[in-house]
Amino acid sequence: MLQVHDLAVSRGGLTVLEGLGFALRPSDLLVLRGPNGVGKTTVLRTLAGLQPALRGQILANPDQITYSGHADGIKATLTVGENLGFWAAVHGHSAIDPAISAMNLTALRARRAADLSAGQKRRLGLARLLVTGRKIWLMDEPTVSLDAASVALFGAMLRGHLAQGGAAIVATHIDLGLPEARMLDLTPFKAAATRQGAFDEAFA
Amino acid sequence: MIALLQRDLRLAFRAGGGFGLGLAFFLMVAVLVPLGVGPEGALLARIAPGILWVGALLACLLSLDRMFALDFEDGALDLMAVSPLPLEGVVAMKALAHWLVTGLPLVLIAPVLGLLLSLAPGGYFWLLASLFLGTPALSLIGGFGAALTVGLKRGGLILSLIVLPMYVPSLIFGAEAVRRGAVGGDAVVPLLLLAAISLGSVAILPFAAAAALRANLK
Repeated sequence: MLQVHDLAVSRGGLTVLEGLGFALRPSDLLVLRGPNGVGKTTVLRTLAGLQPALRGQILANPDQITYSGHADGIKATLTVGENLGFWAAVHGHSAIDPAISAMNLTALRARRAADLSAGQKRRLGLARLLVTGRKIWLMDEPTVSLDAASVALFGAMLRGHLAQGGAAIVATHIDLGLPEARMLDLTPFKAAATRQGAFDEAFA
Repeated sequence: MIALLQRDLRLAFRAGGGFGLGLAFFLMVAVLVPLGVGPEGALLARIAPGILWVGALLACLLSLDRMFALDFEDGALDLMAVSPLPLEGVVAMKALAHWLVTGLPLVLIAPVLGLLLSLAPGGYFWLLASLFLGTPALSLIGGFGAALTVGLKRGGLILSLIVLPMYVPSLIFGAEAVRRGAVGGDAVVPLLLLAAISLGSVAILPFAAAAALRANLK
């Protein structure tokens, strides 16, 4: 579904990762690991097409990819149902009930997003993935501000997605409780520090 | 794309959405200018076309920085860029929503404010027509400016500096159409030029603004 060859990505003009390669098949779950700043978000944004790759190849159908970042794109003055309905309509669907019940938002459906707690907002943001109807989910720290029960709910949703032939790449620090997850530590792909060759010339 | 238009209109009319901001500003300009200039009808009638057009233009400017900045801050713009919506369509719909929320109310209230400024009777039709044909360009040019400055914190100042020079042709032709109409002259030519600016903006600026957004999302 998604193949990556010799990918190099940059953030703020600096190469952060290079030589990255992996393949994602249907029902695969890939977990990106690595310390803060190693480039997990940058990789996900590059795969989502939000920024260009420095080098390398990404083979995938962009119409199958959806992305969930640190911000959920939730409008505070719209209700939970309206927020979700908008994203469903954008992706050409209309049914939001399965997503609402999957993330346990039924009781909150008519509530304004401004009145949700951080964890409830996150659940709404994750429910958005379901209404996109896309096969490849790219998720950046999806479990931030979720309690244990909600993490389990998210795990169940993710497992359901994988069972239907979907795939996901998740950048996270915590254990999702999914034994089928494949770990990918990004630390070995860290780009070598830029050579300071010009230094002597400048100060000679 | 209709869903995006509906959402933006809904957001604008909900609390804190900014509907009425431009309208209130326009109203204040038209009420305060006669107080500042004095009650002399002939003088007011002479400056009315210019004042009305400047007021409408600044009222449009007032809400521009919100056009993309809010969606950028809460991540919705990223998600739209990944969604099936083309960014060109996003820009066009957002400019249309801005026009419906800001430009169209200005057009509709302008004749009433013309009365406050003792605009000559012949000018009212041309005031309506020129604002109706000219304000879409203000929203689109503003959308382009907003797309260019979307990543900047407090980008309002630079946005005004970018947008105002591009507003000048619309202002000149718009006010000229009303002025000529008010004195019974031929107002068709400036009106046609104004319409040409709007049509050109519709054709070109969504693509330019989408390119600017793509660069800013990186």
